[in-house]
Amino acid sequence: MDTIVDTLKSKFSFVTPRPANDFPAVNVPADHLLEVAQVLRDELGYDMMLDLCGVDWDKDRPRFGVIYHLYHSGKKTYLRLATLAPETAAPVVPSISGIWPAADWHEREAYDMFGIKFEGHPNLTRILMWEGYPYYPLRKEFPLAGIETELPAADTAAATGAKVIAAPMMGGPFQAGTQDHHHMSDAEPRAGDQSWTEDKPKPGSQG
Amino acid sequence: MATTEISLGDTGARSAAYAEELQGEHMTLNVGPSHPTTHGVLRLLIELDGDRVMKCEPVIGYLHRGDEKIAENMTYNQFVPYTDRLDYLAPLANNVAYAIAVEKLAKLNIPPRCQAIRVICCELARISSHLLGLGVFGMDAGAWTIFMYTFTQREKLYSLFEELTGARFTTSYTRIGGVMRDMPEGWLGRVNKFCQEVLPVIDEVDRLLTRNKIFLQRTEGIGVITKQDALAYGLTGPNLRAAGIEADLRKDNPYCGYENYDFEVPIGTRGDCFDRYIIRVEEIRQSVRIVRQAIEKMPDGPWYAEDAKKIFAPPKGKVMTSMEELIQNFMIVTEGPQMPPGEVYFEAENPKGALGFYIFSKGGGVPYRMHIKGPSFVSLGILPKIMPGHLLTDITCILGSLDFVLGECDR
Repeated sequence: MDTIVDTLKSKFSFVTPRPANDFPAVNVPADHLLEVAQVLRDELGYDMMLDLCGVDWDKDRPRFGVIYHLYHSGKKTYLRLATLAPETAAPVVPSISGIWPAADWHEREAYDMFGIKFEGHPNLTRILMWEGYPYYPLRKEFPLAGIETELPAADTAAATGAKVIAAPMMGGPFQAGTQDHHHMSDAEPRAGDQSWTEDKPKPGSQG
Repeated sequence: MATTEISLGDTGARSAAYAEELQGEHMTLNVGPSHPTTHGVLRLLIELDGDRVMKCEPVIGYLHRGDEKIAENMTYNQFVPYTDRLDYLAPLANNVAYAIAVEKLAKLNIPPRCQAIRVICCELARISSHLLGLGVFGMDAGAWTIFMYTFTQREKLYSLFEELTGARFTTSYTRIGGVMRDMPEGWLGRVNKFCQEVLPVIDEVDRLLTRNKIFLQRTEGIGVITKQDALAYGLTGPNLRAAGIEADLRKDNPYCGYENYDFEVPIGTRGDCFDRYIIRVEEIRQSVRIVRQAIEKMPDGPWYAEDAKKIFAPPKGKVMTSMEELIQNFMIVTEGPQMPPGEVYFEAENPKGALGFYIFSKGGGVPYRMHIKGPSFVSLGILPKIMPGHLLTDITCILGSLDFVLGECDR
């Protein structure tokens, strides 16, 4: 009995199996992604695209990958496709939103979080972060605590003449006028006052 | 009945001239993030031609908390409280879905008692979520009483959850390899009593809404999602079933012992708001059926995987007295449950759809990449397709019927 992986390998020479212990998975090179996707939907019956996510493989090259999860609603089986964006400096992968409209928002999220561009996407704009946010948060070099960025509030900034930033979390949100502004970049997302540690002595006591 | 003709005089001419002036001007309405109808912080940019919606663009991300980034820095057990806050109307269901996903990575066998407890948790969470979904949908459509009735029942559920897990709301009940603690004495009896009490309330909701002319006019034929669209846009759960597709993960790819229970899955016919409403009503009844069966068949035995040595923390009594368990406990708490390298994707039939976890592990106690597929993210993706053509008042009904929650949409 031909498994889906065998069928794909016989149709396309460039498809390689991907080790998986839950259901069939294949690796597909990015430039052939659209033809494989078309065949999967039209001939092999994978009519649902459940999930699409970007991955940052960090030190590996190519660095950015995209993982797709497809579903055959008749046979109730899953299939995983994995692809890699060939260029690491400017990762681009073809968009499958023409084949499964479900990919639309998922691809926007992968672009928002990783900076992977999807060629052929109707509206590739940021979806979770605001338009004009300068970083790609899920990349491995982006720190967990975030990088302090000015919020998009041009009218408030103009009216007050000050930078608009997110409310500082350290030391509590209602502490009155601390001169020592605790930056998000030295913080971990944890509650509680950590204005002093073994390295930074308590303000007021001898250092 | 005799009809009288009313002459408009020149009112007709004046309004026609006025209408001509406004021809072709669309109004952009911002249903802003802070709005009672949007079930959370959802922003809709609606382009209106008079009363009719021409375009709808949802803007999300107001509740984005960076769960996926956090997951790369937390051990598998440390991440459980974050899963509570995904679909925060059914936290137990998220806990169970996450635990099963990670257990699939380790290929753990979970004992039957633990599975039965998890099934009861999932189904009670489903009842809780649907009660809220129905209440809020009714309220949006103008039926305020429904909200009161369903929320009274939800309060009882919260007491049950508090007894079981220690928290009414954000339960964090499951651990990798089992659950946090066994059910308290007499809890199942109280769950049974709740099941008896909730059924008449659902019947009441049914009587108030299902054949109510006002409700029918507000929901029948509104927000129709065709079968092809539902599949193409990746909808899951009640939204998919309303369109007429027979798909329920509990029956299609059973997990957690669901194959042992006898229940039906309601399927819709037209894919409109009414179908989505009636399916949720019926699902509550079926959930009660499953809970009753689980209570009846509750097996004895351990409530965690006893052979999962490096994964599930040993009982405290042993930890305090035996060296081996002490070391195990220390390793699990500091380094996290040790998972083998590999990748897994698991979806559970959550009340709002299929909540999926994709976990890529390079070994160790912390995942390399975790991606959470929230069913509400997918449900909102179909709004630009189905909203245009409807009236302004239909917006609330469509949003209410899709039953999404921004926690799992934005993560």
